[in-house]
Amino acid sequence: MSNEISKFQDPGLPAHQHRKSDHDPKAEKRAEQQVAILFLLSAISTVGTVASYIFIKPGKFVFLPIMGDVDAQQLFLGLGLAFSLLFIGFGAVQWARRLMPDEEVIAERHEFRSEDADRKDFVDTVKERAGTVGLGRRSLIKRSLGLALGLVGITPLVMLRDLGPLPKKQLETTSWAAGTRLVTDPGDRPLRPEDLEVGSVAQVLPFLAQGEERTLENIGKDAVLLIRLRPEEFQLDSKRLSWTHDGIIAFSKICSHMGCAVALYEQQTKHLLCPCHQSTFDVTRAAKVIFGPAARPLPQLAITVDSEGYLVAQQGFTEPIGPSFWERSS
Amino acid sequence: MKKSEKIAGNVANYVDERTGAAKWLKKNLTKVFPDHWSFMLGEVALYSFIILLFSGTFLTFWFDPSQRDVVYNGSYTPLADVKMSAAYASALHISFDVRGGLLMRQIHHWAALLFMAAMIAHLMRIFFTGAFRKPREANWLIGVGLVTLGIVEGFLGYSLPDDLLSGTGIRIAEAILQAIPVVGSYLAFFAFGGAFPGHVFIPRIYTVHVLLLPGIFLALITVHLMLVWYQKHTQYPGPGRTEKNVVGYPLMPVYMAKAGGFFFIVFGVTALLGAVASINPIWLYGPYTPGQISAGSQPDFYMGWLDGLVRMSPPLETHAFGHTISWNILIPGLIVPGILFTGMALYPFIESWMTGDKREHHLLDRPRNNPNRTALGAMSLAFMLVILINGGNDLIATHFHLTINQIMWFTRIAVFVVPPIVFVITKRLCLSLQRADREIVLHGRETGRLVMMPNGEFVEVHEELSAEKKFTLTQHEQPQALEVPTTDRSGVRNPQGIKGKLRARMSQAHVEQVPAPSQEEAKALEGGHH
Repeated sequence: MSNEISKFQDPGLPAHQHRKSDHDPKAEKRAEQQVAILFLLSAISTVGTVASYIFIKPGKFVFLPIMGDVDAQQLFLGLGLAFSLLFIGFGAVQWARRLMPDEEVIAERHEFRSEDADRKDFVDTVKERAGTVGLGRRSLIKRSLGLALGLVGITPLVMLRDLGPLPKKQLETTSWAAGTRLVTDPGDRPLRPEDLEVGSVAQVLPFLAQGEERTLENIGKDAVLLIRLRPEEFQLDSKRLSWTHDGIIAFSKICSHMGCAVALYEQQTKHLLCPCHQSTFDVTRAAKVIFGPAARPLPQLAITVDSEGYLVAQQGFTEPIGPSFWERSS
Repeated sequence: MKKSEKIAGNVANYVDERTGAAKWLKKNLTKVFPDHWSFMLGEVALYSFIILLFSGTFLTFWFDPSQRDVVYNGSYTPLADVKMSAAYASALHISFDVRGGLLMRQIHHWAALLFMAAMIAHLMRIFFTGAFRKPREANWLIGVGLVTLGIVEGFLGYSLPDDLLSGTGIRIAEAILQAIPVVGSYLAFFAFGGAFPGHVFIPRIYTVHVLLLPGIFLALITVHLMLVWYQKHTQYPGPGRTEKNVVGYPLMPVYMAKAGGFFFIVFGVTALLGAVASINPIWLYGPYTPGQISAGSQPDFYMGWLDGLVRMSPPLETHAFGHTISWNILIPGLIVPGILFTGMALYPFIESWMTGDKREHHLLDRPRNNPNRTALGAMSLAFMLVILINGGNDLIATHFHLTINQIMWFTRIAVFVVPPIVFVITKRLCLSLQRADREIVLHGRETGRLVMMPNGEFVEVHEELSAEKKFTLTQHEQPQALEVPTTDRSGVRNPQGIKGKLRARMSQAHVEQVPAPSQEEAKALEGGHH
């Protein structure tokens, strides 16, 4: 078998091969000119860049294959910049390849480990210096310093406290309450059951009183999806069925997995799909999860109509909407 | 003396009289760097970082990192009079009303993708050639830190414009925070200054994106490069190259010209991409609102694997004692990535432990000559690739007319099945390549020339390899497996217990090799049929 003695010997660095430009003055001249031309091309490109900036009006489009219509000003600015940079790069690399010395050189490398004597010296020095401090003897100082250093890190943590308020019950509540009218988003128009055709979907939000502002925080909790099916298509227990009205069922639009808007409704299969992680919910079975990573159905909002015939909530959501959190009890 | 020489002399004199730098500079300007295309990957990462600093600074001159409500009245008419955040409006302003603004946004985004891609390619080069071995473990750790921070920095960067797509990404990040047991809701409320989305998150991540993380990057990159400089670059094995030397070109002038030129080429390529290839067209997405979303929501590629992992997770949640733990978020979002990155960071120490190898290494391994490590790397890549595919399952489904369910189930199974298969195949492949090396060293290269012998027999002429080539193919070490001590001096059986057995088993797997041919074998053959 092979061992160290019989290994193939290192023949050493192969002999250097000279380039044509090393000994032929004509080739050398040619290489020099090539490099210069590349640098000049860069200069010309910069002139083109500046010209594009000044002379091409915004809003003009040119067609590029695959890319489609591209704004002419951005395109020529970019091309000018690209070529002015690329040609400097090509020139420099060509210069190095053709004209600079290309003979490989050897540098020695040394093991990093210091001489044993130096290492011992170092250890002795450390021991001696440490000895003058006498940490080993002064355990009172050592311990109190440890305590101080351990505690000092608390300050920056405490000072971050005012980054935000405590969550309190905010994750568990929405603006929906008994009798809140469902209004369209966008438009804020109240809805009657007959506004929704069988098979259609609408995004709704709670009615907003005069002078109130709708915030993104509210939309992030209140967004609800209305879907109208034929009443016989539901496979619900009697309680959940009583939460629907004439084939209209309402779910929180905020995904119970990670809070994306569950916006894709497949009319044929009556499935709701979240575009973020593909959790799929069956509308006919109270948004039961039938595929994907979501672990809970979308919370259902109980709805009915008020005396004027507009859709309203029977009550607020009976569970927190959106993604899970530690304090969530179900 | 020419005028330019005189000026150079004066400058050198000025500097040296104040710093005594002449000696150091003389030594370092002639410092030798080995030449290989794969050593440029780290350079690409470094240069794209510089491009990010330039293009990013340009963007800050117009970007308004604020979530205050404004009504858009810029020149992009489809969004005229739409209520949006100042951040989104200013990103639109940069794209449509600042000359070269869209170009810079696209250069910045392309450079970010290049930064991540180059770092990952560089990391793979380091891994597969064993460049992380002693004395370079610290630089490996810094590199793993840079990749990790790069993912965070990239995510924060594309979150800043506050468009519908990036807002959805922030919503997911908030859900991950919220899922952390005990403190999750508090962390989320502190990060967002109240309920999601709030008005403070964009300004806060802006500071982190343009100040804190770039500062950390600069510090880490500086140390990374200083260590490369001080420890000298590794080199591939070959004639004249040993553990005791560095063979290559001097910094001045060859390396300066090549590296400097290469910076311009990388910058030029990102500018070219920014000019012709549209990326992240935020005006198509509209402003963020939590009630809306667009189909095919996708993060950038360096986040895609994480998203794919979240997508394939089974629907597991625990509800007990009035509390909820979302395993479907914690496992794919925090636990698995944590294990992956910790394992990657610790790998140099694990390998050194299982091989018992504590020596310095400056000559790189050819990946085939370390089959176990190469197979481990290929296995990890296969894992990442499978989960990355699932991160794009919706797009794959629409492009290839498959159902999402098929792709999801395929990747859910493949993520367990494919990596081990890739491990075995890669290891066998490496050993076969070693066998092929052995073959051509002993029998020469096939020339394709057929010769008819006097007896009518046809033989192919084999050409003997050059001494250089033979050395390159046979110089690698033939490591021995560690032995487990079965009994110690006092006769106790298996003194190191399970740990010792495991170590020996791993070491045995790690040293599996085809023996490199020796000169004796070559000589024996010469006397034979050749």
